[in-house]
Amino acid sequence: MLETKTAVEPTTAPTPFNLMQTLSRNRRFLFPVLALILILIGNRLISPTFFTIRVGPDGRLIGSLIDILNRGAPTVLLAIGMTLVIAAKGIDLSVGAVIAICGAVAAVLISTTTLPPLLVIAIAIGAGILCGLWNGILVALFDIQPIVATLILMVIGRGIAQLITEGQITTFSNESLEFVGTGLIGGFPFPIFLSVIVVALVWLLIRSTAIGMLIESVGANDRASFYAGIDATKIKLLVYIISGICAAITGLIITADIKGADANNAGLWKELDAILAVVIGGTALTGGRFYLIMSVVGALIIQSIQTGIYISGLPPTFNLIVQAVVILAILFLQSEDFRRLFTGAWAKLRRQS
Amino acid sequence: MRSHKLFLSALLVLVLAFTSILFVAHAQDSSGAGLTIGFAQTGSESGWRTDFTNAMMSEAEAMGINLLFSDGQQKQENQIAALRSFIAQGVDAIILAPIVETGWDDVLQEAADAEIPVLIIDRGVTADPSLYITRVASDFVYEGRLAGAWLATATADRASCNVVELYGTVGSSPAIDRATGFADAIALFPQIQIIASQSGDFTRSGGKTVMESFLSSMDPSTICAVFAHNDDMLIGAIQAMEEAGITPAVDILTVSVDATNDELQMLIDGKANATVLLSPYMGGPAYQAIIDYLGGAELPPLIMVPSAMYFQDTAAAELANRTGG
Repeated sequence: MLETKTAVEPTTAPTPFNLMQTLSRNRRFLFPVLALILILIGNRLISPTFFTIRVGPDGRLIGSLIDILNRGAPTVLLAIGMTLVIAAKGIDLSVGAVIAICGAVAAVLISTTTLPPLLVIAIAIGAGILCGLWNGILVALFDIQPIVATLILMVIGRGIAQLITEGQITTFSNESLEFVGTGLIGGFPFPIFLSVIVVALVWLLIRSTAIGMLIESVGANDRASFYAGIDATKIKLLVYIISGICAAITGLIITADIKGADANNAGLWKELDAILAVVIGGTALTGGRFYLIMSVVGALIIQSIQTGIYISGLPPTFNLIVQAVVILAILFLQSEDFRRLFTGAWAKLRRQS
Repeated sequence: MRSHKLFLSALLVLVLAFTSILFVAHAQDSSGAGLTIGFAQTGSESGWRTDFTNAMMSEAEAMGINLLFSDGQQKQENQIAALRSFIAQGVDAIILAPIVETGWDDVLQEAADAEIPVLIIDRGVTADPSLYITRVASDFVYEGRLAGAWLATATADRASCNVVELYGTVGSSPAIDRATGFADAIALFPQIQIIASQSGDFTRSGGKTVMESFLSSMDPSTICAVFAHNDDMLIGAIQAMEEAGITPAVDILTVSVDATNDELQMLIDGKANATVLLSPYMGGPAYQAIIDYLGGAELPPLIMVPSAMYFQDTAAAELANRTGG
């Protein structure tokens, strides 16, 4: 294969030309990026104003591209945590429920107490850390299968959130907390900055320390890692806690966005979007090698499809079908066997003619 | 031998007499007070659902009915388990608010075998109508028609009115019926047209996201009104409008369904125009139907609960009435 011959890292500065070269050398990176570009072009064909961005009254930038980044922020955040968990050969089904819990904690505290907003935010993130710790303990210490261990919190978590909000949508009015979901910096919604900051922090954590390598090692073979002197238990605890923190921040965004905690619906099925984003990004569910930035691309792909459907004018009854077909097409595009089937058929056809 | 037979027949007569006395006593009992009714609720997924549960409980208390309440937590298997438990406890009647339409046949047959009457409330079921005594429900189509009719009146002096629709959960009967009723009503007024319709899943977050995407992808000045299949989606949409610098209820008219307390507050604040009441007060008609049935009366297959509308000037009175202040 071509890849083996050109495994040498390019030493020159990454010019656009080099970027294209890197992309085409690593098909793993090429296809998600290609899919994202194709979907954006498709959306532009559906709606002529898709790339237009206008300035709203308070300096807010308004446009479909901004919507994708803003509405995609929750999925991006969850996908970051989920990437690390999946890399360590785990899975976190509970993030949707953790979103509901942390949102409920924040909304109830801000509306019934006089605690300062920053402390409320810290407590909500603390709740996310606790949830992550709970998952981590079940998986790492008690060796329960991750899918079952996190399923427990997925089921019970929404119940806990309902207990906190007493079954109502708890609304609040507090500018500082609302800023997390609807605030503006330079015309851009604040959730976009939050997701960029978290991506940068996690990227630094895994690239400037050995943690990224340790996670991959535990995910690839935790017994071998153990004999190599890696504390797999601590690594597993860490990834679930990071996932819990990401879910907590997402919960704050979603709750602040509607100025209310909706325990029944906040983050519902979000865990599946996050897992899908990771898979589209090319990280295998079997653990080991992971691609953080590609998971972000995966999350943006999912949101671009969603926004595309909203502006398409298709009847709502087609939503899920369209979404499924587009995602299936992307996964086919990524599957080497599927591509070989086509290139093979193409070669055969050419030989015959 | 003969004395034995005599004794047996005497016993039989006694037993018969006793049971008939019991029966008469029971029939007198069914004036309402002392009845034990099991109520299998879907869960507490929305503000309206909580209002409905509270209304069921207070109406039962007012009529002296002992209501056994079960929260199904949005799961059919929980509701079926609740029904079986009610049957085992031998309640006088069961009220079921089904989470989905299908899959009730077996458990309804079990109730019929145990001779416990079942009344369906709110959403419908596909089971054989002989398995339940009647259904008490709001008319979702009528609610949609009311919303459409209001919009027609409000925009009578305009040359055209482009409506965006915030659709409920795809495939749910309130969403389908409200969309149908609204479309039926506005079909009579050619100036009103739906230019976009998308699902906000009956949630605030969904309503806000969809409205935001509409405002991003089209010129907001071309949108004349928004019709939301429930209040929560509209409250989300109002936030999206405010963030985009549009004055809700003035630049874009609003009409939605449910009349929850939060929506009444929106009307009072002048951020919404009209909401159609999805009556949570279905308990009274339901209990009365059960009492009538136990008294031997024939019931119609469907009992409709009347609906109403609230506007900016009538919302305050209704909210005060509800909160008792």
